[in-house]
Amino acid sequence: MRTYEKFFRMNRLPHIWCPGCGNGIVMKAIVQAIEKAGLDQDKTVIVSGIGCSSRASGYMNFDTLHTAHGRAIPFATGIKLANPELNVIVITGDGDATAIGGNHFIHGARRNIDLTVVLFNNNIYGMTGGQASPLTPHGKKATTAPYGTVDRAFDPCQLAQAAGATFVARSTTFHVPQTVDAIVQGIGNKGFSLIETITQCPIAYGRKNKLGDAANMLKWMSEHAAPLAAYNKLSDEQKAEKFPIGVLYKGAAPEYSAEYAKLIKQAMEGKK
Amino acid sequence: MATIELISKRCKGCNICVAFCPKKVLELDTLGKVYVKDQGACIACGQCELRCPDYAIYVTKEEK
Repeated sequence: MRTYEKFFRMNRLPHIWCPGCGNGIVMKAIVQAIEKAGLDQDKTVIVSGIGCSSRASGYMNFDTLHTAHGRAIPFATGIKLANPELNVIVITGDGDATAIGGNHFIHGARRNIDLTVVLFNNNIYGMTGGQASPLTPHGKKATTAPYGTVDRAFDPCQLAQAAGATFVARSTTFHVPQTVDAIVQGIGNKGFSLIETITQCPIAYGRKNKLGDAANMLKWMSEHAAPLAAYNKLSDEQKAEKFPIGVLYKGAAPEYSAEYAKLIKQAMEGKK
Repeated sequence: MATIELISKRCKGCNICVAFCPKKVLELDTLGKVYVKDQGACIACGQCELRCPDYAIYVTKEEK
């Protein structure tokens, strides 16, 4: 038993995810981060969309919402505006955040509303049978891309930063303590925080692309991830082989729910 | 010394703990569930617990 287990609905375990799926690792990182950040269990809301990743809300012992596909951020926005005291954590997947909910994602970032978005990036639509998502790397195979996908993948971190998010970090399921740390910092940021966590899907993605079992996929992450400072020192050729992890961007901007409260106050006082 | 607690009903036999154990303490049995092969070799590094996606293994370092 571990202290963070009080944040799990223990009677719902074992979870439904496939053998080797990294989502369980990320879910544990989230509850450890919540414990580390000292959030009140009754004042924390978990909102998720649809997909493998979004099943996580069902296993977590908070007020949880499992919403429509791609719409986790709009639901979370509503919760935050209705009661700005709440800590709202959004769990979303690569398809959920960048395809079906792509618009909601960039507009959540644009508003800089105080949400902590944890994006489980497994590079594929796992639940529906391995279709290519906007985060499937170029040339990788999927059931809808038997010769390798022609599309280029989004970089969700750059996307969120460009759209106006004030905290952007990337981690992997290999780098568990770093993931916990990034989520703690994301919770601490008053504004839109994105933590992209690269997770392995050995069944729908790994098998199709001959990446080996879950342990091999984790080793791949360890070999190809570079902390941002080390990544910046690499040549362009070396950079093509690696991806940066750690806190990628921190900014400052007015937070949406605070701005909205100001507006309400101003209107109530009869000012224009 | 360390104690290793296994929760077999949660184990899905993904092999992550076995692959990351630096002392080859763990192995999968014929049913594909993890078991402790060599308790004495465990150095309580916690690599297995760290990346177990199913919360099926817990390692606690024992004070001497």
